[in-house]
Amino acid sequence: MSPSSVGVMIELEGLTKRYGEKIAVNNLTFTVRPGIVTGFLGPNGAGKSTTMRMMLGLDRPTAGDVRIDGKHYDQLKDPLKYIGALLDAKAVHGGRTAFNHLLCLAQSNGIPKQRVHEVLDTVGLTAVAKKKAKGFSLGMGQRLGIAAALLGDPQILMFDEPVNGLDPEGIHWIRTLMKSLAAQGRTVFVSSHLMSEMALTADHLVVIGQGRLLADTSMADFIARNSRSYVRVRSPQREKLLDVLHQAGLTAQDAGDGALEVDGGKAEYIGELAARHQLVLHELSPQQASLEEAFMQLTAESVEYHAHSGTPAAPQQWGEGWKKG
Amino acid sequence: MAATQVVRSEWTKIRSVASTVWTLSLAAVVTIALGMLISALSKAEFDNLSTRDRLSFDPTFISFAGMSLGQLAMIVFGVLVVSNEYSTGMIRVSLAAVPQRGTFLFGKIAVATALALAVGMATSFAAFFLGQAMLGEHKASIGDDGVLRAVIGGGLYMTLIAMFSMGVAAMLRSPMLSLGILMPFFFLISSILGNVDATKKVGQFLPDQAGSKIMQVVTPIGDDTPYGPWGGLGIMALWVVAALIGGYVLLKRRDAQ
Repeated sequence: MSPSSVGVMIELEGLTKRYGEKIAVNNLTFTVRPGIVTGFLGPNGAGKSTTMRMMLGLDRPTAGDVRIDGKHYDQLKDPLKYIGALLDAKAVHGGRTAFNHLLCLAQSNGIPKQRVHEVLDTVGLTAVAKKKAKGFSLGMGQRLGIAAALLGDPQILMFDEPVNGLDPEGIHWIRTLMKSLAAQGRTVFVSSHLMSEMALTADHLVVIGQGRLLADTSMADFIARNSRSYVRVRSPQREKLLDVLHQAGLTAQDAGDGALEVDGGKAEYIGELAARHQLVLHELSPQQASLEEAFMQLTAESVEYHAHSGTPAAPQQWGEGWKKG
Repeated sequence: MAATQVVRSEWTKIRSVASTVWTLSLAAVVTIALGMLISALSKAEFDNLSTRDRLSFDPTFISFAGMSLGQLAMIVFGVLVVSNEYSTGMIRVSLAAVPQRGTFLFGKIAVATALALAVGMATSFAAFFLGQAMLGEHKASIGDDGVLRAVIGGGLYMTLIAMFSMGVAAMLRSPMLSLGILMPFFFLISSILGNVDATKKVGQFLPDQAGSKIMQVVTPIGDDTPYGPWGGLGIMALWVVAALIGGYVLLKRRDAQ
């Protein structure tokens, strides 16, 4: 009756959601594997939450399919025993106590009452179990949502932006929890719009932008490919420096502002090289392209809400029309 | 079995929010108290009535006069039971736990209906006996012809009003929108349609007008209603079935939000 203890996968096949003319999710195909934390990354409005709602059978796909352990969500008997999800921590009736909130969910899936006490203890809410949820802070609400996800001891866990609005202690707690769930062999799928957050927790990365799949890669590969380190060098004797670098077998690129970006050499070595050739350096600094930059580059094309940094159009000169008239 | 799990879960939901207690107790208190008051006033008025009105005097029906107001609390109960899920966002958690939407909706409605029936029946019997006590020598007895049917019918009427509200709320989702339509409809529009000659024929078939026929024991002189007490309750039941089917179809088709 309960799902097998071997890992359970989520498979998305051509998943598409269309609202009228607008495509929120566009032909997504990927697999979420057990035993690791899979990060689901994308800018705001990329379609992450819509995808997650379709995975839970809440929203109907326009096309495509999601299968959990090979089955459709509504074919799962007592689904909370297969998959636990935290979509929105505020989705609780404020007048109900934490205990009763969890109890009604447990009963709907035939989960014993004892388990409610256990998950309350796991998330550290035992002391407020008899308190109404409307008095809960954001962090407590998040913990209650996670308790609900853990109720059925599921093999798959899904969290939508779980660290949003949490204090550092809460963030640390959630990261540790996700890693330990994955280490137990469970499938952990977590969405975020922050690359830095994913870099700390995820082992695998699925990136989407405007509903389309942009990357499906291991975190290690993504870092290796995207976190380029180089040395920024600026010299009044630019041409000479280029020759010297070339002779030393180092490749240099124009940084665009007169400086050079040198790959494959340490700052110390480049400094010594310049000294040996008696070249004046105005700048010598080691640089690391951040993962956040790599993520922004990847999704730049697909960001829906750009902040425009250009200067506004010049106002019409006062009196211009008046003179003519 | 999934359905019993859902019923147990919905029972926990309904008993763990304050609105259940206050709406149902308000429905009972208002119906009984107003019924007693109007019964007492009718007793005082009786001697001034014309012969025609005395022949139409229906002590049973008079003791249910409070239902016109008490039913509004029943409507609030029915609306909140369903629309709470939407206004709090709980619907997504609920449907992730119970993806069989029909089982979810009808499990919820079954639990709420059972509770409304228990409160409705208790209220109807209390309103009858306390109302008759106020009527003194003009009172009816529970053993009289048609009286027990009317008292049980009063309990059924309140239950059906709650069920109709649940169906409407399942279609509209928003508690404010549902209440904003149902409250004026049952409190004003229905009685206006039923009292204006031009619309009387239509008004007779509205759920509350048709349903309340069951509580009548003495047919007023000149009454030309084309259905009897059970026929009227049947018309009301059809409205309820239509509202519930509408709610189910929309829940089944729509995204959960």
